[in-house]
Amino acid sequence: MAKLRTRKHRVVLNRSVGGDVGINTLLIIMGAFMFLPMLYVVLQSLKPFDELFVYPPRFYVVRPTLQNFSDLFTLMSDSWVPFSRYIFNTVLISVLGTFGNLVLSSMCAYAISKINFPGRGWMFEMIIKSLMFNTTVSSITNFITMTLLGWIDTYLAIIVPAFCSTLGLFLMKQFMDSSVSDAVLESARLDGASEFYTFLNIAMPMVKPAWLTLIVYSFQGLWNSGASIYIYSEQLKTFNYAISQIISGGVARAGASAASTVLMMIVPITVFVITQSNIIETMSTSGMKD
Amino acid sequence: MPEKNTDKTTVTAEKSGGAAAAEKRAVNRSDMSMAAWTWKEMKRNKVAYALIAPFMILFFIFTVIPVVLSLLLSFTTFNMLEWPDFVFMDNYVRLFLDDDIFVIAIKNTLIFAAITGPASYIMSFVLAWFINELAPKMRALVTLIFYAPSISGAVYLIWATMFSGDAYGYVNGILIYLGLISTPIQFFKNETFVMPLCIVVALWTSLGTAFLSFIAGLQTVDRSLYEAGAVDGILNRWQELWYITLPSMKPQLLFGAVMSITGSFGFGGIVTALAGFPSVNYSAWTIMHHLEDYGGQRFEVGYASAIATLLFLIMIGANLLVNKLLSKVGQ
Repeated sequence: MAKLRTRKHRVVLNRSVGGDVGINTLLIIMGAFMFLPMLYVVLQSLKPFDELFVYPPRFYVVRPTLQNFSDLFTLMSDSWVPFSRYIFNTVLISVLGTFGNLVLSSMCAYAISKINFPGRGWMFEMIIKSLMFNTTVSSITNFITMTLLGWIDTYLAIIVPAFCSTLGLFLMKQFMDSSVSDAVLESARLDGASEFYTFLNIAMPMVKPAWLTLIVYSFQGLWNSGASIYIYSEQLKTFNYAISQIISGGVARAGASAASTVLMMIVPITVFVITQSNIIETMSTSGMKD
Repeated sequence: MPEKNTDKTTVTAEKSGGAAAAEKRAVNRSDMSMAAWTWKEMKRNKVAYALIAPFMILFFIFTVIPVVLSLLLSFTTFNMLEWPDFVFMDNYVRLFLDDDIFVIAIKNTLIFAAITGPASYIMSFVLAWFINELAPKMRALVTLIFYAPSISGAVYLIWATMFSGDAYGYVNGILIYLGLISTPIQFFKNETFVMPLCIVVALWTSLGTAFLSFIAGLQTVDRSLYEAGAVDGILNRWQELWYITLPSMKPQLLFGAVMSITGSFGFGGIVTALAGFPSVNYSAWTIMHHLEDYGGQRFEVGYASAIATLLFLIMIGANLLVNKLLSKVGQ
């Protein structure tokens, strides 16, 4: 017979006390493993110089200071290429790449999900297969393509390939399958609405969580992109690349590098906090058929 | 695919009233050849092709053609300067028989993937399953804590600080203080430690898309199934997991497997950042590094293409194999 138990005014089925304790203990241990390094970065960034080098090393900070952040900005202003240029590059790449990916992916996802045209089956199959390998495989041949196109050492080499990243398209298509009803589209078509009109004015507003998810994924990928084999010029490199240069400056810059890591992680984490519920909603339809 | 029952062969034009509407309907296929029908359907759906064209053209240029081109170039001596010579399997023979470092690379890659892939997959699922028991607000917070390392860019470099090779490194400092060692260990320059440490850091950043997919999937399992299961004699949470939750989540389990496996071959950047390029005595050298070395630095594109093609086959092969195994779950 199934066991009933009350957990905080809620009756739960089949949940033993021992199991609850065990699971929560494991959750706390894993949580510590995941969280403590993140906390350590933040604490490191707040330590004054002498506290970074106490022996034995101390986890916590005694006299927190923002000195490392101001050091970081001094370092930035001393750099050969103005730091604002790196930030501009990262923002430009992230915004344009994400916008293109959103527009192209949603058009394609709508057609594959809602229009019955010859070829949609194997095209979607190919999209799924593309999720099964990463871009390392195509990096060498893409170098040849970029050379032929004359895109080496231009923003285009980073932005345009981002347009056709497939994970966002996959998630969008799966979400459309389950949350945009065919009947609504069909009645719009019977009323004489063009396919493009139904896409833009009926389907897209219904899949807001999916396009938010796509934006977040695309943006995160581009925001975190570092050195690229297609870019040589210092003034075209990204914020992340500049930060990694500071971090590789070694022990003397331990504080500034922690500060820069904190600055770098604030953006994606904030974006996720704001969009979390939409992303989870999108992910609920992310499943694959075998 | 849900609610997709409009079989193109059965919906006929006579059903609709106006001629314009009739044109929008699928064409009856019975009275024409397959090719003619396909052509007619393609013309009728012109707008669909216009919608997919921009994405698909770029997708072909930057993903499909490169894979095919790699395969073709892998049989040649292409080096970006001279016209390539066709050498058939020479590049592959050289990889396996003449390139000791590649053999190390393939061994390391397989060890790395065989540990991080399954471990991150299981970790993602188990933690998602634990988190699912929490109240909504707590669940959102804990999800954030577990997910944050995977989206925070270069934050994993903090592990280099914690395991730094001098006495100021957190771990060395503690070990020396406790008297367990007398001189600091150069963790990332030590052949024994470098691989295990890179694996730990890779796992730390691996709770990504699969993890979110599981969290969402667990939320969508039909609650009434649990009640029905309890009536039918399910006695504890483990049985509930095995008989109800896992079978209900099969689509997410398949998707999560693809994400975990592909991810497990994508940690080259973390290894480079922590262990250097090359790592000490190639102790953490992977196929990704070998590819970058020959393709990006020596410009032996023919040889690098052979490496890329092998990597592609390994990743696709691992994915298809695991998908086949997982599709057996609950059957």
